[in-house]
Amino acid sequence: MLDAPAPTPKVYLHIEDLWKKFGDFVALREISLDVIEGEFLCFLGPSGCGKTTLLRAIAGLDLQTTGKVEQAGRDVSNLPPAERDFGIVFQSYALFPNLTIEKNIAYGLENEKRPKAEIRARVAELLELVGLPEQGRKYPAQLSGGQQQRIALARAIATNPGLLLLDEPLSALDAKVRVHLRHEVKELQRKLGVTTVMVTHDQEEALSMADRIVVMNHGTIEQIGTPVEIYREPASLFVADFIGAMNQIPAVAETTGTVTINGKVLASDNSAFAKGAKVVAAIRPEDIIPVEAGEAEAIPVQIGDMEFLGSFYRATITCAEMGGVELMVDFSINAVRRLDLSIGKSMSVHLPADRLKVFPAEGG
Amino acid sequence: MSAAEMTGPLVKPKLGRDDWMQRGFMLVIALYLVIALALPLYAMLSKAFSTYAFDLTAFEVQVSDESGGYNTPPVTLAELNADRQIWSKGDLIVGSDGRLGLTDLFPDFSFRSPVMYKFRGVTADDIYLVGSERQTGPEWQEFDSNTFRRLVIRPAKDVGLGNFTRYFSTPSLFQSIENSLLIAAISTVITVTLAFWFAYALARSCMRFKGVFRMIAMLPILVPSLLPGIALIYLFGNQGILKAFLMGNTIYGPIGIVIGSVFFTFPHAMIIISTALSISDARLYEAAVSLKASRWKTFWTVTIPGARYGLFSAAFVVFNLVITDFGLPKVIGGKFNVLAVDIYKQVIGQQNFEMGAVVSVVLLVPAVLAFAIDRQVQKKQVALLSARSVVYEPKPNKVFDRIFLGYSSLVAVFIVGIIAMCQFAALVKFWPYNLSLSLRNYNFDLMDGGGWGAYKNSITMAILTAVIGTVVVFLGAYMVEKTKGFEKGRAAFQALAMLPMAIPGMVLGLSYIFFFNNPSNPLNVIYGTMIILVVSTVTHFYTVSHLTAVTALKQMDTEFESVSASLKQPFFKLFWRVTVPVSMPAILNISIYLFVNAMTTVSAVVFLYSTDTALASVAVLNMDDAGDIAPAAAMGMMIFYTNAGARIIHALASRRILRRSEAWRRSG
Repeated sequence: MLDAPAPTPKVYLHIEDLWKKFGDFVALREISLDVIEGEFLCFLGPSGCGKTTLLRAIAGLDLQTTGKVEQAGRDVSNLPPAERDFGIVFQSYALFPNLTIEKNIAYGLENEKRPKAEIRARVAELLELVGLPEQGRKYPAQLSGGQQQRIALARAIATNPGLLLLDEPLSALDAKVRVHLRHEVKELQRKLGVTTVMVTHDQEEALSMADRIVVMNHGTIEQIGTPVEIYREPASLFVADFIGAMNQIPAVAETTGTVTINGKVLASDNSAFAKGAKVVAAIRPEDIIPVEAGEAEAIPVQIGDMEFLGSFYRATITCAEMGGVELMVDFSINAVRRLDLSIGKSMSVHLPADRLKVFPAEGG
Repeated sequence: MSAAEMTGPLVKPKLGRDDWMQRGFMLVIALYLVIALALPLYAMLSKAFSTYAFDLTAFEVQVSDESGGYNTPPVTLAELNADRQIWSKGDLIVGSDGRLGLTDLFPDFSFRSPVMYKFRGVTADDIYLVGSERQTGPEWQEFDSNTFRRLVIRPAKDVGLGNFTRYFSTPSLFQSIENSLLIAAISTVITVTLAFWFAYALARSCMRFKGVFRMIAMLPILVPSLLPGIALIYLFGNQGILKAFLMGNTIYGPIGIVIGSVFFTFPHAMIIISTALSISDARLYEAAVSLKASRWKTFWTVTIPGARYGLFSAAFVVFNLVITDFGLPKVIGGKFNVLAVDIYKQVIGQQNFEMGAVVSVVLLVPAVLAFAIDRQVQKKQVALLSARSVVYEPKPNKVFDRIFLGYSSLVAVFIVGIIAMCQFAALVKFWPYNLSLSLRNYNFDLMDGGGWGAYKNSITMAILTAVIGTVVVFLGAYMVEKTKGFEKGRAAFQALAMLPMAIPGMVLGLSYIFFFNNPSNPLNVIYGTMIILVVSTVTHFYTVSHLTAVTALKQMDTEFESVSASLKQPFFKLFWRVTVPVSMPAILNISIYLFVNAMTTVSAVVFLYSTDTALASVAVLNMDDAGDIAPAAAMGMMIFYTNAGARIIHALASRRILRRSEAWRRSG
């Protein structure tokens, strides 16, 4: 008996070889990507990486120089925003200050010749959906930032657009509100099933909200993948460094599967460089494991500094065998207590071969 | 790294309905600015560089003897003139309407003589008139002496600097350059100094009656610039009550112009400097106090550097206002000529339009320079404004506050005194012999200048200017500020919108004569109507209105348009429901600004009014010119009361709107 074939994911938004130039400056270079129907996709990158430019090209607010954008099978590459199908939320909320919350939400519903009662019902439903059922008669300035952003969201989805675009929607909010709203937005998106593209420079936001993340740098895509893939298997040194903390140690490729750091040979599963090539070995602080001295592959180190960060300690260790290289290590509170770790103390660590990543040295 | 190259075809934006409509609107308003500004200026410039001179080589004459036989060969007029030395080269340079009779070339000419003349132009372009009949061309024509007397040749047009050469070789004309610069420089120094200390008193002292002082300082804006001139005549003129104060000097001339200029430019300087002082950071003062710096040292190290851009800007604005002002020197300048009045004299007095255009170009130079420098300075000031600063709260200090109260009172007395003098003069029966009061000076219909009709015309003109101007300016600013794409078009529009500020009113008015009074211009029909007055006034005051609108629009979230478009709503819905209501305070400010200026302006409209469209401000000028100074003062006061009333209505309307929108204007 045959299994039913897994449903092939349906591409909702297709971007092909998209470029954007401002004069001589290339803001976006060779961007190609597919957004699956119903997924929550994040553009993540430092400021100036082109993520907002890409979002605005998708919306038709600032057209790309060359390249194609297809939405739901329709070529929308050169269409003005009004002829595309999307709702958008900005960092500034962009609520109309002189219109009540109700009127703001109803703004896009009004010219579709809907009966007034129906518009009112839809507005009430949306207010309920974003959790602000009693606020309809107030003006935007009378609401908090978080509330305003929820209204902006309600306004954007009022007309049931096929695509929801979020441009740094949480960046203007307080840290606590931001974390709270993350879950709400994600929950709402799941409930509605609307394909969503969000721009953010906040890696935590991207990791916690997105189904897939597009990491961008200097106008190009560095990596596309699920949050776990991006974190565990960064495709480049930039991604490794931008998301989470990462130790970077200059190294030289040895045989396949090993590198040397100042003479110390270490095993790495992904090292496949020509012997002698300059590389960078990278490992996350939490992947370095404290071990008993004398265990196989134990490396003796000395603790230089320890910083208490609440749920764990981040320590700096110096490794004499590797020519005095300093590494960041995260120790759980338990481990610190169990091993009685303190500044100045000697101990041993293990760098697991499957967690030690090797990247080509920059410029090499 | 393999650098990939961009290979795909360029994406050409498909323009939506909104884009087409916006471009249409922008085109209409840009067209307005081109017709109301660019083309007239071009006409004026081309006039300034057109020279007209009689070309004596272009005509030939042959003279018979008394019996009618031609014994001598034909000669050109040039040869005759070279032979007989009748006209110098300068005699032959004239305006476009020049006519030259030829009998002077024949010293023994008599119209009764039987001598016959054969005459022709060398080419078909050489024009001469017999009586009023136009003749051209190389066909020989024969005239008897009596007809030859009525033969005149027309000048040939050429392009070049001839007019300027003539201007600079006429000392009575170019003396005005020095006069204008001198007056403007002195007035600038005095006004900026006075206004600085006044603004300083308002911002940094705890003196009483600040609100009253602020209001009084604004009063000069409500009257035409020639009103202080009239007041000064009553105060210091030949029959003035304070004449002794001048110690034998006359008020008619530089002294009067400077005092009057200080009066009418004071509010402009005060506003700019007040703004500059109000943005100074209080923390700098706290730092100065904590460092135990003296008041004097704090003043020079904190106050002045903080306000320096404001001071520069105020100086250039005042300089520009004074050098381009026409009304005041016209009334009180006496024999002291300045550029703006020269334009008027050349055009209205001597009908020499080319020379009027030349003086206009000369006046344009300092005006444009001052404007350009001011724009640069203002850009820097904006950078200061956007910095985060803490507002300075002055602390009471008895001596300090009293000194400033005294100073501000003196300034207030000066301003109120000038206006009160005018009002008194307007009510006095017969100055200075019969000081009993009456309203007979308000019988404008008995005087030249347009009567009460002129006053009504002014009101009509001011309302039309306010309404039409506000609509045009706000729409234009919206198109520049809030639309997408079409960058070059928008940049060109923005540049065009900044231009009017640099163009003196007299220059604009003269340009309109050249452009609109040209019979071959289809827009000629508006010449002499109310429309041309409104168009010229809107254009004259376009820049400040435009900047007010742009500033208001810049404060609005740039993403409103994006959101509205994503919700598939047409741009005009957003414009009506959000942009206009949110900008309402700025819109009201623009309309009152246009109204008040339309009531007081003289310079542009003085060339453009007709008997049906005489204006109150021009009537003040003309009544003063005719010696009816008391009625001129009375009409000036009518303008003042009208503007004051308009300001009060504006204030009430603004307050009402602000109260109604209180709920949403509270910044979140």
